[in-house]
Amino acid sequence: MADSDYLGPGRRWHDMGGDLAGPVPTADHDFALWEKRVDALVILSGLKGVFTVDGLRRVLEDMGPEAFETMTYYERWVAALNQNHLEQGTYTVAELATKMAEVQARGATYGAANHVP
Amino acid sequence: MAPPMVRQTMSPSAAPEAPTGCWLPGTAVRVRALMPPGHVRTPAYLRGKTGVVERVLGPFGNPEQLAYGHATTPLPLYRVRFHLSDLWPDAAASTDTLDAEIYAHWLEPADAP
Amino acid sequence: MPHDHPDHDAPDGLSPSGHPYRADQDTDLTYWQTLEIAVRELMIDKGVVTPAEVTAQVEAMDARSPADGAAVVARAWTDAAFRARLLSDGSAACAEMGFDVGPMKLIAVENTPEVHNVIVRTLCSCYPRNLLGLPPDWYKSRAYRSRTVREPRAVLAEFGLVLPSSTTVRVHDSTADMRYIVLPMRPDGTDGMTAQDLAKLVTRDAMIGVGVARAPA
Repeated sequence: MADSDYLGPGRRWHDMGGDLAGPVPTADHDFALWEKRVDALVILSGLKGVFTVDGLRRVLEDMGPEAFETMTYYERWVAALNQNHLEQGTYTVAELATKMAEVQARGATYGAANHVP
Repeated sequence: MAPPMVRQTMSPSAAPEAPTGCWLPGTAVRVRALMPPGHVRTPAYLRGKTGVVERVLGPFGNPEQLAYGHATTPLPLYRVRFHLSDLWPDAAASTDTLDAEIYAHWLEPADAP
Repeated sequence: MPHDHPDHDAPDGLSPSGHPYRADQDTDLTYWQTLEIAVRELMIDKGVVTPAEVTAQVEAMDARSPADGAAVVARAWTDAAFRARLLSDGSAACAEMGFDVGPMKLIAVENTPEVHNVIVRTLCSCYPRNLLGLPPDWYKSRAYRSRTVREPRAVLAEFGLVLPSSTTVRVHDSTADMRYIVLPMRPDGTDGMTAQDLAKLVTRDAMIGVGVARAPA
């Protein structure tokens, strides 16, 4: 139990400073192309004035601790990127659904799904 | 579709003139012990803790407004220095410190009731 | 596109940095990869971005590495006036060297025999990416984010850095709009070395503050 549990339910999961936790992990990895693209789309969304990094963080925080434990970093980022675009009206859920089905129909791998026939 | 609305973005230089800082470096300040839900940038472990202004920064847009896509009121941002031994009951006596950036509306004078 | 082909320059399956590539192009398409492609194409269809802008942003990210920060540190070691400018306005000093640190402001904090600085971000995992590239996984880990503000000496010891009690540890929790870089101490025995050679001694970990600069060979 964290000593700061006395702060009550107002202390949210991402606000983890001071918790006791195990050793710092040492494993590292290079980023995949799709992960770099997610990063690029987030930065570009900010530069284009669609939403700010604050909006990204707000959605990441609202996704809760389960997402932090079960999804990878850029899986969470792409979910938050999409959520902000839906909120800002860049596209509708229906347009997204159609596009995702179209992407999946192109092929079974990331490389194949990127190739527009 | 209409082009994306241009909001107050990450660039502090685009912000209108902000009020000047009210605390000079060296001033003792306390982080307000508030616990609202929502996006804030004041870590819980610092709430209610007293430190000293290390430097004054800003103005910066308020992330509590930006996070929800709203226009923002720029705020002074303070770097506040705390002693680790004031933050953690189990901290060994030492001169070790922690600096954090705290927006003006989260700070009050250290001697406030 | 960089890293499109996982084995193009590393027959052993490792990247130039010695880490395994994450499965990417040729494994089963995941739900989240599908979402990335869909969001990207919708942003392009709607005129928010162009394909060239996405490619340029990925390439700019690939071009950044800790070598950028190391060049800044080495210059500060060899140019006292630059060091003073770096410590008073980190963003402006880096811009002088052609490194745009973006809209966030950079604060450089200097290590001395009396003070050791270390950077953490408890609320999320923002990082001086414009000077150091993308963050290592451990910087984003729950353990690093939680513990560094409470028991920094124990965390530093896990990185092999044991500091005397006479040294003050200054932890910087990068909570808001600032980004930080540590200006490590210049190692002994480096008199007369060029900035270019000195930069090779400056590691990423030294600029986060979980390590110190390497000793010269």
